[in-house]
Amino acid sequence: MRAFKGRVVVPGRVAAEVLVSRQGLNTLASFQKALQFGDKKATCGDQNNSDLYGKQMAGKALCLPQTIGSTTGGLVIYCACSMGRQPACMLFSKPIDSLAAAGTVLADVWLDNVKMPVIDSLGDEFLEYVQDGMNVVVQEDGNILVG
Amino acid sequence: MKYKMELTAEQKAILEGSKGETLAKVMESLVRYGELFGATEMVPISSKYNHLVTSFGLKALGPVYELMDKLLEAGAPSGQKFTVDPKPLDKNVPSNIAQDVVFKFFMYSRQKDYEKQLADLGLLSDNAFTCTCYMDEVGNKPGYGEVLSWSESSAVVYANSVLGARCNRNSGIIDLMGSVIGYVPKFGLLTDEGRKADWIVEVKTSKKPEAQLLGSAIGMKVMEDVPFVRGLDKWLGNELDDEACTYLKDFGAATASNGAVGLYHVEGLTPEAVKLGESLIKPDAKTYVIDDAELERVYREYPVIWKDKDAKPKLCFMGCPHMSLQQLKDWTDKVEAGLKKSGAKKVGIPTVFTAAPAVLEEFGRTPYAARLKATGVITSYICPLMYMNNPLSEKMPVITSSNKLRTYTSARYYTDDEILDQITKGGK
Repeated sequence: MRAFKGRVVVPGRVAAEVLVSRQGLNTLASFQKALQFGDKKATCGDQNNSDLYGKQMAGKALCLPQTIGSTTGGLVIYCACSMGRQPACMLFSKPIDSLAAAGTVLADVWLDNVKMPVIDSLGDEFLEYVQDGMNVVVQEDGNILVG
Repeated sequence: MKYKMELTAEQKAILEGSKGETLAKVMESLVRYGELFGATEMVPISSKYNHLVTSFGLKALGPVYELMDKLLEAGAPSGQKFTVDPKPLDKNVPSNIAQDVVFKFFMYSRQKDYEKQLADLGLLSDNAFTCTCYMDEVGNKPGYGEVLSWSESSAVVYANSVLGARCNRNSGIIDLMGSVIGYVPKFGLLTDEGRKADWIVEVKTSKKPEAQLLGSAIGMKVMEDVPFVRGLDKWLGNELDDEACTYLKDFGAATASNGAVGLYHVEGLTPEAVKLGESLIKPDAKTYVIDDAELERVYREYPVIWKDKDAKPKLCFMGCPHMSLQQLKDWTDKVEAGLKKSGAKKVGIPTVFTAAPAVLEEFGRTPYAARLKATGVITSYICPLMYMNNPLSEKMPVITSSNKLRTYTSARYYTDDEILDQITKGGK
């Protein structure tokens, strides 16, 4: 097990299985099909992301550097949360980008009964260490345990 | 929750519910969003109009429309009239029956309802659907130093760079919320320090570089940083005329889609570069040299994700972002000349030029409109991205000289000259 410490964007506690995107997550491309066609697993539809394409994102501890792509990205995260198809948590190695920040804050402020802890600034070493299938425990204070 | 930001008495009161729960949540959303980026205060929006990115009644975005309903129910429409990104549907654009069914009944089934919501929230006019709201014909052109709450990435980078306005790369909904409350958090590109350049880009090409390729190369290199571009005024001159503005529109959209650039400076040309010069460059700025070989490398590395890489194109889209009036005129001349050269009367690939409704109206008043129509080129106000962004369209071999369209869809990029060659010679 290894411990990492980041900044709390949305507080919360959760334990989940790791899913890693080594490259920036294109939010619209990744979630659009899942939201459009009722896929509760939120299977990643971004053909340009070989790490995630075809994999279930809902309920996973999504580890990533930042999000990229269309400025509708924040809306898409908000919608995924509203529809219950969001990752268990989002863990950013870099400081969060403005699109993901908007989406995760909007979900936390406007949606009742939806909790998706978000931690950022976990560092490059974090993203190098995590592998698909590992387990992660996220604490309220931004500490996480991975193993 | 406690906040570090220094709020005025009015802002604090709104946050604490003086204007109701909905507006308190709007303020909380903006304050929390801003604090993540070190904002220390909320500043008034000073532009006349806003611009929203969400123009489509996409079934998948149902929760967003419910959120907009909450704003309307709370009597909290936008404080400014606004323009909005282009519509996703236009019957003038070629589509097959399957696409029509998918577009109308599955993807954009909420379009009509959403357009009613936009009208209730403060849509400027029925014609206000375009990503190039800053065109003179459209009229949403902010002034130097004005503070905006926009989010359309190509419009944000244009407003910051070419007009000298101040706007962060926001997300959809945040754009509307700023307008509802009248304030945006001050951070990043709203600050003098945030507008300084992290990169010096030296353009050393032997000819005028393709705007889309140059923007793409810079976007991929600098990502979200601010570049100070040297050597481009050699090709664009020192005046922001129609030609230079059109070039910078397409260049900027590419920097914003291949990277996350929200502001660039062009030495001797863009307003802050003219006014402040090299004082805009941070002492530790990195340097990126772009020559012919570098542009060639960038072009060759674009992936082609067509199943059959030799397929004959079924459609050509030009105008992502929407074309300017001058661009429509120039392309009319080019297409006519290309057809004359090849001996053909009409374009050999169904070709759609997209522009703002107001630009198309103005174009329609010129003799160029009839000439372009005679070549077989279709004009439309559609958003090519919205047309392409579905499983049926993504299987079509579509060509474009838009790097933004290439980045977000399966469309294949060619340079302007190559596109002209293809459409006037029938895709051979």
